[in-house]
Amino acid sequence: MEPILKGRNLVKRYGKVTAIDHSDFDLMKGEILAVIGDNGAGKSSIIKALCGAITPDEGEVWLEGKRVRFASPIDAREAGIETVYQTLAMSPALSITDNMFMGREIRMPGLMGKYLRKLDRPKMEKFARDKLSELGLMTIQNINQPVESLSGGQRQGVAVARAAAFGSKVIILDEPTAALGVKESRKVLELIQDVRSRGVSIILISHNMPHVFEVADRIHVHRLGRKLCVINPKDHSMSDAVAYMTGAKLPEAA
Amino acid sequence: MSNSDNYESVVTSASQDIAKFDDHRKGALGHFQHMLHMTPSLVPLIVLVASIIIFGIAIGSNFFSAYALTLILQQVQIVGVLAAAQSLVVLTAGIDLSVGAIAVFTSVLMGQFTFRYGIPAPISILLGVSIGTAIGAISGWLVSRVKLPPFIVTLGMWQIVLAANYLYSANETIRAQDIATNAPSLQFLGNTFKLGGATMTLGVVMMVVIVAALAYYLRATAWGRHVYAVGDDPEAAKLAGVNVHRTLMSVYMLVGLICGLAGWAMIGRYGSISPSATTGMMGNIQSITAVVIGGISLFGGRGSILGAFFGALIVGVFELGLRMAGADAQWTYLLIGILIIGAVSVDQWIRKVAM
Ligand SMILES: Nc1ncnc2c1ncn2[C@@H]1O[C@H](COP(=O)(O)OP(=O)(O)O)[C@@H](O)[C@H]1O
Ligand SMILES: [Mg+2]
Repeated sequence: MEPILKGRNLVKRYGKVTAIDHSDFDLMKGEILAVIGDNGAGKSSIIKALCGAITPDEGEVWLEGKRVRFASPIDAREAGIETVYQTLAMSPALSITDNMFMGREIRMPGLMGKYLRKLDRPKMEKFARDKLSELGLMTIQNINQPVESLSGGQRQGVAVARAAAFGSKVIILDEPTAALGVKESRKVLELIQDVRSRGVSIILISHNMPHVFEVADRIHVHRLGRKLCVINPKDHSMSDAVAYMTGAKLPEAA
Repeated sequence: MSNSDNYESVVTSASQDIAKFDDHRKGALGHFQHMLHMTPSLVPLIVLVASIIIFGIAIGSNFFSAYALTLILQQVQIVGVLAAAQSLVVLTAGIDLSVGAIAVFTSVLMGQFTFRYGIPAPISILLGVSIGTAIGAISGWLVSRVKLPPFIVTLGMWQIVLAANYLYSANETIRAQDIATNAPSLQFLGNTFKLGGATMTLGVVMMVVIVAALAYYLRATAWGRHVYAVGDDPEAAKLAGVNVHRTLMSVYMLVGLICGLAGWAMIGRYGSISPSATTGMMGNIQSITAVVIGGISLFGGRGSILGAFFGALIVGVFELGLRMAGADAQWTYLLIGILIIGAVSVDQWIRKVAM
């Protein structure tokens, strides 16, 4: 089967550091693929190379069997790939609504929108409010609150809601539950499964092994800038996974 | 792996209340701080009203006269337009030291094109404004693509434009009388009309229109949101889907265009065209002063253009008020210095609301 999103022989160097070292990557259609690896293994770098946030020095990215060259995250977004970055990519001084619609604002219908380019705030606010209540993270009256006044967990919730609302083919989540409490994490996991049931394929980077083993169909183990192996959570234990990603144990050759 | 302790199952039995934001900022001061955070132009508005009241009490009814209002608006019209332009750059966390120089240079170009080459004045005006825009485009490109600091780019551009201005014009002034007889449209923005006893010029009207239009576009359009996002955190804006380069280019070009319009307004205001007009040296500092007093954060992404407009008016009120009170002009600078430092302190304090 052809992967929906595929990376081949990807390389990215920052001076002397090689963040991606001739790595491959495969995401199958409709699956939840977890990516695990030590800090600095290059997990964030490889997903950024897949979603246009960085341009790889070498290698190829394929979406649905077609070669793609994303010059920016905007290109990837237009192709249906949404990303929750580890840094969240929010503008702190702007409101939740502004942030959710950044770069894809909705204009008023009619002349005001056409000639004066006026934003349709009521429509954007309603949409943002609906998406956030689906996640159970927000009360309604706070939709115009600047993002900087939210807690870390709430910010992460907004970022996840943004990706879930707009991702049509692939959603990439880089440690989306790192700042979340138990209850909020649970909501995000439910949302991930929910989105997958819509047919969207998901990449989940996480350090939380119970979460990974609960939701992932396959687990991509990343080590020293490249794919070490892909394991099936049904055939391996959490301690196997941790042993692979830390180098304590080598995976049997496939 | 189903053998892991199912510690999260208790979550479902937990309260299903969704997370709420407690308003933990207690007390009147906290509310005030929050209000300022949401409406950053409030501080300069309060200062403006307070200073008008104080000068009114000190000077008497003269200060509330149509004559005083006329003087203040006349005084402020060029700086007000430059401050509007400066606000845009500062919102992107940049700074433009060349605004005054571009204004003087474009006014000189409009005059020289008309008088040296016989180009019809309206076309000269169009050319002047276009060249202003082009200068802005060069600065924008150097900032956005070559990634040079805006301070350095515009420090250089300031010198280059000012020198080009002297070289091209051979430091020659075009007299007001010649302009009035041969090319009156150059002085168009100096036309006056009465408004409730005060004398307004079209230059003042243009200033108000520019400020109002920018306030609208910054607040109500996607472009405006992008300007704020780029100033707030350009990397985040880029990842979130903003075309940072296009946004920065649009800002610097718009600034050049507005400076060109300021150049045109200068001809209306002063009548003559002089390459050595003080705006060339002082326009940048005056506009930055208005912007800072107006509560726009030099770190970018925060503040409103209305604030900068109020900031320019505050300076105008201080200048005229102290002059009418017979005070030494140095008092103006002293008080404005205090205002600048005070404004930045307030900005820091307001930012704490976020933490
Ligand atoms: N913009 C950058 N500049 C320099 N080095 C970077 C940059 N981004 C990542 N790196 C380096 O690349 C390596 C991989 O980083 P990253 O992809 O963030 O790892 P992970 O997400 O697995 O923790 C690290 O050594 C990191 O320091
Ligand atoms: Mg990372």
